[in-house]
Parts: sequence; structure tokens; C-alpha cells
Amino acid sequence: MPMLSNFIRTDRLIEAHQPWPRIVVDADAWISLAEALRDGHLTLLGLWGERNSVYMALLDEVDGAVCVASLEGLEGAYPSVARHHPPALRLERTVRDLTGLEPRGLPDTRPWLDHRRWDIRFPLGEKTLRSSEAAPYEFLPATGESLHQIPVGPVHAGIIEPGHFRFTANGEAVVRLEERLGYVHKGIEALMVGADLDKALQLAGRTSGDSTVAYAYAFSRAVEAAFGLEIPGRAVWLRALMAELERLANHLGDIGAICNDAAFSLMLAHCGVLRERVLRVADIAFGHRLMRDRIAPGGVVANLEDNGITALRELLAEIRRRFPALIELYDNTASLQDRTVGTGRLVPELARQYGAGGYVGRASGRDFDARRALRYLPYGELAFDVPVLHEGDVNARVWVRIREVESSLSLVEQILDRLPAGPVRIDIPENGEVREGMAMVEGFRGDVLVWLRLAGNTVERCHLRDPSWFQWPLLEAVIEGNIVADFPLCNKSFNCSYSGHDL
Amino acid sequence: MVLISALFVQAFQMALVVLLAPLLTGLIRKVKARLLRRQGPSLIQPYRDLLRLLRKEAVVAENASWLFRVAPYLIFATTWVAAAVIPTFATGLIFSWTADLIAIVALLGSARFLLALAGMDVGTSFGGIGSSREAMIATLAEPSMLLIIFTLALVAGSTQLSTIAGFMSSPEVGLRVSLAIALVALVMVAIAENARIPVDNPATHLELTMVHEAMVLEYSGRHLAMIELAASLKLLLYISLIVCIFVPWKLAAPETGPTAYLAGLVVYLTKLIVGGALLALFETSIAKMRVFRVPEFLGAALMLALLATLLRFVSRSL
Repeated sequence: MPMLSNFIRTDRLIEAHQPWPRIVVDADAWISLAEALRDGHLTLLGLWGERNSVYMALLDEVDGAVCVASLEGLEGAYPSVARHHPPALRLERTVRDLTGLEPRGLPDTRPWLDHRRWDIRFPLGEKTLRSSEAAPYEFLPATGESLHQIPVGPVHAGIIEPGHFRFTANGEAVVRLEERLGYVHKGIEALMVGADLDKALQLAGRTSGDSTVAYAYAFSRAVEAAFGLEIPGRAVWLRALMAELERLANHLGDIGAICNDAAFSLMLAHCGVLRERVLRVADIAFGHRLMRDRIAPGGVVANLEDNGITALRELLAEIRRRFPALIELYDNTASLQDRTVGTGRLVPELARQYGAGGYVGRASGRDFDARRALRYLPYGELAFDVPVLHEGDVNARVWVRIREVESSLSLVEQILDRLPAGPVRIDIPENGEVREGMAMVEGFRGDVLVWLRLAGNTVERCHLRDPSWFQWPLLEAVIEGNIVADFPLCNKSFNCSYSGHDL
Repeated sequence: MVLISALFVQAFQMALVVLLAPLLTGLIRKVKARLLRRQGPSLIQPYRDLLRLLRKEAVVAENASWLFRVAPYLIFATTWVAAAVIPTFATGLIFSWTADLIAIVALLGSARFLLALAGMDVGTSFGGIGSSREAMIATLAEPSMLLIIFTLALVAGSTQLSTIAGFMSSPEVGLRVSLAIALVALVMVAIAENARIPVDNPATHLELTMVHEAMVLEYSGRHLAMIELAASLKLLLYISLIVCIFVPWKLAAPETGPTAYLAGLVVYLTKLIVGGALLALFETSIAKMRVFRVPEFLGAALMLALLATLLRFVSRSL
């Protein structure tokens, strides 16, 4: 039975919030929503706060309804959601770090993003200066005979992002893994406050470099939703084209990188060549290898010319020619299969509870893809498969990626065949009303959520929620019972974003 | 005169192994890169790396003991001695009376012992993980190696490498199942001992999967140079050992004059190139195994070596 519609009552609806409803609730309704989350009737999409209010984005997977619930006029505290629904835990610790709002009954009151190294407290709330002095951080204990701890990071031997992993192991077997993140906190949400749309777009596109298209796409759609704008058809299709190219490049890179973590560098070399081809064609077609800052509110910045179309068609032919041999190589290398099959199994219940997006969720039976579930244009008019597997191991996550590469190839072809002509950008009107907009876009890693409130063309508050928020905690669960040496493989198969999470 | 030339040949062999070792590493890296469609670093890159490390400051952890500082030199010295007595291009070198297989295994065992101690000395968790994994590998690799030696000794009637090589190049060796099995076992042990894929990955940056690299993570500067050179030497040693025992063609006999030495040298270099290329090809075509599969892999080597020994007891002709 659809739950969410029961909660949406017109008398509490905020008109300015588009395209999905936002309801203002009281503390009791807030708690009953948290209980609905706990009971699995709803899925948590995001939770964020500002000085006196806290917001929660919810999804009803039965009918695909989305809604934002907010508690307003708070005086320093609100009832914790994480007390009922653990996936909200890190989000609430972050709300506490950034705004100073105290989640009442929060099971874990340690700070999350704030490592006490910033010289201000509560950058989104009552800012106060303080001396930056790193405070000790208590890791969760694990007791037992012959247990020992292995601290890894935040500085790693390879060129990857910083994050600290604290393993408690018994010999090689991992008993507990605890992550500590926040080392690449850039203060994006605080910088967003008061920024104009151009600057805000740049900030959004720099939240997580590998998903820059997805972020710019989601941000632009949120702005357009707030203004109720309809953008030119050609721009709609070009955006999807860029999003699919980004997905192709990242998935190809990931498939190779996962194999490389099992020391099978042959796959990395061949996938790396294909990824490079995608990036070069993106450069020809849109003037930037990663297509950064190509999508903007009102349309797209770069039009696609004939030489770009030719390059894209050649790219499709090349990948279709060479990719099957790589799948064959992956599937027929026994030593590689021995590493990936059965390693790092994520049980479907956890994937559902956390609302894990992207390949992490889809490899563990969670049949959700924002492109299909929310049917935003042009995906509503395109035919594509959403691969869903149930094994939940590293192998399944590789296979979801392989299937998504194939589906992206078909999407790029369909888009090229049906690309309408016409202008690619319209202007954003200038007037001073307060508007709220929200958008969700399927990035390569999962659904990227952007929520914003504009006063005219200035951002009052913008929240960007990376899919990694609901994937990082699952990595902790996945590694339990595996051996220490298999962690890099599990981690790479998740490939969560540090930057997108740390903001 | 004879003594002087013998000394000269021995000195040449000692210099040769230490000078060739980085080149062999460079060759394997180059072949692997070409197989991956990459250009790859130049063949002499390992020499440049060693020079760079020697020029750099050696950073030593505050709580490191004297052992940490001494270990790299001892590891290098023991490996060098072991590599210097193996007949590479000529048999019957002046030191060849020490070229006893058991002595070589003992020398390499001491080097490993020192490295494992050095890995644990600073007390970081990675060093500990590396040392414990290394010990796990060693407990299976060393008995396999000894059983292989028994087989060879039973066939050739000696553990002396020059004698074995002489016997193996004589017609009386014939086709023997036990030797074929011993060869397979020796190759498996060599892969494990040299931390190659699928047992370990010399090129990885993933701390949690390392074995050899984890033990040397704390080393830098000249200490690291010594360890890297010792690792290259060990690889050269194992390839030389395999070719010396199983393909002892054109090994120059003692006092046969410069032409024979030269021929032996050219053939030895060819053998090294082929051996290195085969290793690179093998490493490219296989993924690394799970840490807990390594005992199974080495257990297979141990069983093969045991089988080879037993076959010798069952029949003189096998």
C-alpha cells in the first residue's frame, strides 16, 4: 500500500517547492515517518538541515512517489531519525556538525565531517570561531582474544582520495571495519549560501569530479524545477547524451580497475584504452574531456556539431567491436573469477534498508534506477534495460557495470538517432521570489540528489547528496568475515566517492 | 697463472650477477608493459631508480632498532653470495665448492629471516602483516625446495651445483619423470619466493594485499636500494638456478679458455631473456590468488617435490 500519499496533506503543503511536494510536519509526524522508514515502507533519499529547520527526502518505492518532509522553527534540537532508522546516522551526525542542531536520541554522538580542524563551528548554523585543534576520535571497540587493529590511511600508497579505515582483525579475518571520512571536506554547501547561479553551478560540478555531469545535470534540473522552466528539446537530449558518456567512461574505468586490484592488469590496460577513447570523443563533441561545466540551468553550454556526431558513431562502433572480447576475457579467466565470485557479498535486505543506489543496489536485488523510476526526460522516451542481479558479490557488481555499458551504448545510439534540432539554451528569468526545487539524476554511481532554495537568482541553501552516503556504510557490512587482503577488491567494486561524501 | 684466471672468472661472475640483476627486472617490466600495450619504462630504469635511492636521504623511524639499519646490508650480502656461486656461464668456479644447494637455501633463508624481523622491527601493522604472510609462505616453500634438492641429489649423486649441472648435461641423464616434476615444483617455489603474481604483486600500491612490499614499506634511501637490488638479485638467482640445473647447455667447463667462456656467457644471457619473457607472459595472463590459496599452491609444489623424491625410490630409471 502506498504510504507516502497518506502523509501528504494539502494544508501543510509548501507551494513553492517543485516538482515534488514538500510538507511541513510536526514532531509526531516526523517520528511516524522515521518509523515508516524503519518498517521499510519508505526509503530515505536524504536528510539535511539549516539553522532552524531540518529536511528529509523520502521515496515510496511502491508508486515511485517522492516527498520532502520538514520540521521548522526548531530551537536547537529535533527528534532523531537514526534512532529508528540507522541509514540516517551519518547524515544526522553531519547535520549536527554543520548546523549545530542536536538530533535528540542520536545513538552515536561523535562528530562526523568535523574533525575539529576547521576554525569555525557550525558553518551552516550559528557560526562561531574556535581554535582548530584536532580532537581524538574514539573508534568503536571490538573485544576478544587475539584481535588486533590495522589502521589504514587517510594517506594511502596509491593516488586515491583520503579516507581512514580501521580494521579489527583476527589474523587475516576481518571482525570489524570502521570508516572515518571527512578529510576532503571543501565546505561546498556553505560556499553555496549566497552564491549566484553561475558560481553555484561551478561548485556543484566540483562536488565529485568523476560525476561532474551528473551533478551539473541535477543542479540545473533543480533550478529549472524551481522556476518551472521548460528547456529546449535539443538540450534535454544532449544532457542525457553527456550523462551516458560519463557513465560509459566511468564504468569502463571501473571494470578495469577492479580486475587490476586482483593484479590482473591486462583488463585495466584494455579498459583504460576504451575509457580514454570515450574521453577524447567527449572532448571533440563537447569541448571538455570530462564534460565539466557543459550543462547549465536553462540548457547546455556546448552544442553538438557534425564532427562530434561522427566521432560518437565511430566510438560506438569501436566499443561494440572490442568490448565483447574483454567480457569474454573477464569471464574466462579462472584465476580472476576465483577472486570476484563470492567475495564481499551484500545481502539484499541491507541494500533495501539503506536504499543503496547504482550498481551496489542493483547487484543486490534493489531494482531502482532514477532514470526509469522517475522517468525524467528524455529517458521516458527511450528504451533501456536496468540490469538487476541478486548475488551481491564483487562479480555481480562487475556484471551490472558490464550490462550498463551495453545499455548506455544503446542509449547513446538512440539519442543520436532522435536528436531534435533547435536552440540549446534559454535564459533564466530574473525576479526576486523565493523558490524551492529538487532533482534526482542517475549518475554512474547511483542517484544524485540536489535540493535548493533560491531567492531570485541567489542560492539560499543548496544540499547535494551523493549516492555514496548510502553505500559507504554498506562497505563496512560487506567486508565482515572476509579477509583483510580482499578489502581493496570489495572497496573498488563499490568505488564510493570520498569527495562527494565529504562535500 | 691458473689461480689468477680462476680468481678473475669468479670476480667476473660476482660482478656480472649484481650488474645484470636490475637489467633483468627492467626487461621483465618492459615485456609486461608491451604485453599491456604500454610503452613501458626504459630497460635501464631500475639502475636509475637505484642511483636515485642511493642519493636520497634514508628516513628511519624513531623507534627503529639497530637491526632495522643493518638488515638491508645483510640481506643484500647473503643474496649476493648465494647468487655469486651459482654456475651461470661456467662451472667449476673457484668458489664452487661452496655452491652447494643446501647452502644456497640456507643463505636465502637467512635473508628472509632478516627481512621478516626488519618488517616487524618498527612495529607498524603493515610490516607485521607482511612478515606473518611471508612466514606462512616460507614454511611451505622451504620444505618444497629441500625435497626438490633431495630429488636432484638422488639423481645426480651430489648437492654440488657444478656436479649436478655436469650430470644434467651428460647423456646418461635421459628422460626422467622425477626431474620433470621437480622442475614444475621448482618453478612454483621460485614464483612464491620472488613475490611474483599470482602469490604476490610486485607492482601493487594496495597496502593490504602486499607481502614482500609490506615488509619494506618503512625503508627509504640507500636501505631501500639495497633491498630492491637484493630482490632483483634473488630473481636472477632463481632463474639462473633453474637454467643451470635443467638447461645446462654451453656451460663453460673449468680452464677451457676465453672462447668457451664467451660462448657460455652469450648462451646464459639468452637463457635469462627467455626466462624473463616467459615470467612476464605468465604474470600477465593470471590474476593474483587469495592469500589463503597460497598454501594450497605451495602445498601442490610440496606434494610434487615429494612425489619426485618418492619416484626415485620406486625406480632408478624414473
